[in-house]
Amino acid sequence: MSMYNSNRGGIIQIIIGIIFVLIIAQLISLQIFSSKYVLAANNNAIFRKIIYPDRGIIYDRKKRALLENTISYDLVVIPNEARGVDTATLCEILKIDKAEYNKRIVEVIIKNTRVKAGIFEPFLSAESYAQLTENLYRFPGFSISERSIRSYPYNTAAHVLGYVAEVDVNFLKKYGDQGYEMGDYAGMTGLEKQYESILMGQRGVKRYLRDNKGKIQGAFEKGEFDTLAIAGRNLFTSMDVEVQQLAEKLLQHKIGSVVALNPKTGSVIAMASSPGYNPNLLTGNQRRKTIGRLLTDTARPIYNRAIKGQYPPGSTFKPLGALIALDEGLITPSFGYNCFGLYTSCGDPRKCEHHNAGHAANLQLALAYSCNSYFLQVFRMAIDNPKYRDAKKGYLKWKQYMNSFGLGRKLGIDLPSENRANIPDTAQYNKDFGGAKYWNSCYMLTLGIGQDRMTATPLQLANAMAFIANKGYYYTPHFIDSVEEEDEIDKKLLENFRMKQEVTKIPTEYFDVIKEGMHDVTVFGTAAFIKVPGHEFCAKTGTAQNPHGKNHSLFVCFAPKDNPKIAVAVIVENAGFGSTWAGPIAGLIMEKYLNDTLTKESKTKVDYLSNVDLMPESIKAWYIRNNKTEMLTPIEYNNDELADVWDMEMISENTPIKAKVDTIKKIDTVTPPAKPVAPPIKNKKTKEQGLNPTMKKKKANSKINNVSI
Amino acid sequence: MSVSSNNNNFSKGTDLAVILLYLIMVAIGIMCIFMVEYNPNLTWSNSFLTAKTNYSKQIYFAIFCGFVAIFILLIDSKLFTALANISYVLGILLMLATFVLGKNINGSKSWIPIAGGFNLQPAELCKIFTALILAKFIAKPETDFTKLKSHIIAGMMIAFPAVLSIMQHELGLALVYSAFIFAMYREGLPPVILVILLSFAILVIATLLLAPTTLSIILTALAGLFIANMIKRFKRNKKNILIVLAIWLVSFGTVRFAVPYIFNNVFECYQSTRIYSMIGKEYDCSLNKKSASSITEKKSKKPDDYNVKQSKIAIGSGGFWGRGFLKGTQTRGRYVPAQHTDFIFTSLGEAFGFVGTFTFLALYLFFLFRLIRIAERQRSTFSRVYAYSVVGIFFFHIAVNICMSIGLFPVVGIPLPLISYGGSSLLTFTALLFILLRLDADRQMVLR
Repeated sequence: MSMYNSNRGGIIQIIIGIIFVLIIAQLISLQIFSSKYVLAANNNAIFRKIIYPDRGIIYDRKKRALLENTISYDLVVIPNEARGVDTATLCEILKIDKAEYNKRIVEVIIKNTRVKAGIFEPFLSAESYAQLTENLYRFPGFSISERSIRSYPYNTAAHVLGYVAEVDVNFLKKYGDQGYEMGDYAGMTGLEKQYESILMGQRGVKRYLRDNKGKIQGAFEKGEFDTLAIAGRNLFTSMDVEVQQLAEKLLQHKIGSVVALNPKTGSVIAMASSPGYNPNLLTGNQRRKTIGRLLTDTARPIYNRAIKGQYPPGSTFKPLGALIALDEGLITPSFGYNCFGLYTSCGDPRKCEHHNAGHAANLQLALAYSCNSYFLQVFRMAIDNPKYRDAKKGYLKWKQYMNSFGLGRKLGIDLPSENRANIPDTAQYNKDFGGAKYWNSCYMLTLGIGQDRMTATPLQLANAMAFIANKGYYYTPHFIDSVEEEDEIDKKLLENFRMKQEVTKIPTEYFDVIKEGMHDVTVFGTAAFIKVPGHEFCAKTGTAQNPHGKNHSLFVCFAPKDNPKIAVAVIVENAGFGSTWAGPIAGLIMEKYLNDTLTKESKTKVDYLSNVDLMPESIKAWYIRNNKTEMLTPIEYNNDELADVWDMEMISENTPIKAKVDTIKKIDTVTPPAKPVAPPIKNKKTKEQGLNPTMKKKKANSKINNVSI
Repeated sequence: MSVSSNNNNFSKGTDLAVILLYLIMVAIGIMCIFMVEYNPNLTWSNSFLTAKTNYSKQIYFAIFCGFVAIFILLIDSKLFTALANISYVLGILLMLATFVLGKNINGSKSWIPIAGGFNLQPAELCKIFTALILAKFIAKPETDFTKLKSHIIAGMMIAFPAVLSIMQHELGLALVYSAFIFAMYREGLPPVILVILLSFAILVIATLLLAPTTLSIILTALAGLFIANMIKRFKRNKKNILIVLAIWLVSFGTVRFAVPYIFNNVFECYQSTRIYSMIGKEYDCSLNKKSASSITEKKSKKPDDYNVKQSKIAIGSGGFWGRGFLKGTQTRGRYVPAQHTDFIFTSLGEAFGFVGTFTFLALYLFFLFRLIRIAERQRSTFSRVYAYSVVGIFFFHIAVNICMSIGLFPVVGIPLPLISYGGSSLLTFTALLFILLRLDADRQMVLR
């Protein structure tokens, strides 16, 4: 019987074989031909943690940090472990109610599941932080985590520095290929944006193994695939914090802009735009409250007028007009014009502010007295230049000069969205006057005194001053002089800023004449009453007409006369004569920079000027209508809002957590040891001693102003 | 060759290849459990000595099993035939005892606690006893295994412990008893029965896959075609037509009533869900009357196909070469539930990839074929039946366990022989195997 069935052993073997082949077939399909399982496994088990490096710090010329990194604290919670929480106390500290507490817990669970820590309250205030650390034992499952945010110890240069914010969908569309992810922070405006790649450093990625409950088991492959975070590199500028603060202070309650350049290098010493805002208002939990307010303000506090504002240069253009005529050989320094208060050669008479005989007897005098007739004549001569025999060709030559002076084109400063302003093209006039043959020098006559369609940004005007101060060349205006541990790419980036821009071949003796004329302006001319103690300087006032209201007050200058170290352009919108408002501001800026201090007299002047309210009525009316009586000027915010930030520093000074703060360490080690940067706590003191009294005064004054409105 | 001479030198006649394979398998098993439990933060020597981890426990089990194996090899082979009946009865009694003394482990009350914190699962041991009694029954000279009566008696011997297992909620263990079909087939079970069983299995799967109405129409159409064909070929044999009608009726009943009844009233909700999930369908637990009350309690648990999904991810992520020893992320992250017992194959698949799993399967295949060769060289029917029972049990465990891990079979709690963690399981397979080796050593004898 058993022999009869002996072939059945073979059949059993075949059955077993078939099943094994089936199993192997499935294994081939699973292990060799499906890549999705590896993906699924990695999604399951590998937790990628991005390590954010500290952003680079930006220093001024005396190695003071214009911005730095501070630690902000978030309250985080692991919902699963949050049992037996003393919710009443917690709600009281955070000033929320029980319903809000439950809502937030649910939000955390939705975002991060029950077992992972999620943010319960971001950016704790100093007060809440202190109370929470004390009572943390009462809130099982809650903990405090730190993160690095920007802080601005001097509350200044908001427009220049820009801000850092969480990237949005649009940003990711644009820069997604550079490795940004949702939740990252990036520079959105200003230097933060321009030098993002240097400041950001390199993010590190740590890979952890996590188990089925989301708990971290340890490093994946002993960290073999981890990349280290490389801290962002620091940037060094020639800015001067004190000059910058002074500029912003002087522009309070005014709309306008100040730009100060070092003509020898093209470095920006100060750049202020008013109304401005305190940069600390756009970090941490302040941001939510402020950003909407800033964006809707009719005075546009976010708008950087220094590089975007387009103003008719008015009389400040006159030295440049003269230079063209001199270079073209149309006039000599002794060329005079018999002005009697009106310019009538083109029919419609143009007014001149002066009518005493001989105030335009030569170029130097004409500049000192800012004779309109003289420069209208000079402009016409340049356009109707016999060399070209055609007004259009003459005009094009004139425009070419203008562009080489840096007007009507982007200078290439290292800030995003610079405006080129406008030096009109012939095409524009052809269109205006119905064709090339229908116009001549009389049609755009007022270009000669910086009006008509000509506009310039404050930066361009300051740069033109640097050009005259240097007698024929300038350096592209820029903020960043050098980068920490500069490499080839950085050198290339900064190359243009280190190159002399010498596009005209105007002989230096012509510049000497212009300089003398501009010097005369400060000695007996339109700016005679403005003095910089200990220095002679050259200047030109401007009072530009504009279609939107009162004249703009302009002032351009450079000092000292013989060895220029600073070139300044100041514009105060709708303020009237250039010598009345813009002039004194520029004078104080020069004094502060050159002497490093202000005389007692000047200090009173600062107090006076900073309190003068020159806001246009329409803007004031808007503020009242929208119940926003306070202005957003930086200094005013020193008292209240910033108290939080400084208190935070105080607290962290006493806690062991502070010891971990990298930024402090970095400052100590990275900067040259010659002048160690004052720790933040010191800044607080200077702030309190130096600025607070004036601040309080300001508050009181602004109140008075508001009442008077 | 005398019995006494064998006792003096037990290794003589023992199949060394199988012993070697056995040792390799146990070693692989311990390695796999080690991989599952490995924690870089603990020093392994410490955890080994304190026997707090499963792999160190498994090592102690293996040592104990080694002694058992040696002991078995020293026993007179005639003792196995002599004790076949009494051990079967003892096994059944033990299983019944679990209903009284049983300890609840993972929802099944099939364990009897014994000294030292260890638990014994009588159902496991009962497999050996069933194999022995089946061998003894078939080997009896008066048994004619071509007769249906013998088939029924043998079937009842097998079914009794299986039914007890089901009552203990150990569906997997109960299924294992179907493995004796190999031995019975070898001894003369008509192939028709295999064909019928296979057809039935196909029918059940088709019932799950297709809509009941569609399937009913298909079945009716098939029956109609058969009958039409027969009429056409002038084989108007009433008997044949009746047979076709009977088959149709049984199939129809299965599709419309039996299968839904079993899934809704016999199986627990989780069992039905597992079976449905394997073919990619969702089982509606509200239909299940048996566990209708417990649905609400189990709602928070992970979905039932979670096991299979994670198991497939672990094996699939191994790729061709595997992630490497102790480098499996799914294993380290404990993503696969019951990985040290039922899903132990996943740790192997993840760490060593296709190369590892293929080699492992080849080893097993070689092992099974070696056992079949041993079975065929027995002179004694008792030894041969026993050997085929062993082959069947091993094969069934391997096939079901691995198929379940790779998503070819519903999840049933069946360990991978010699690999999975568990003292009872290791002891059972050791005993099964070494009894066979002991019998094989005396293959020249005709045992009764």
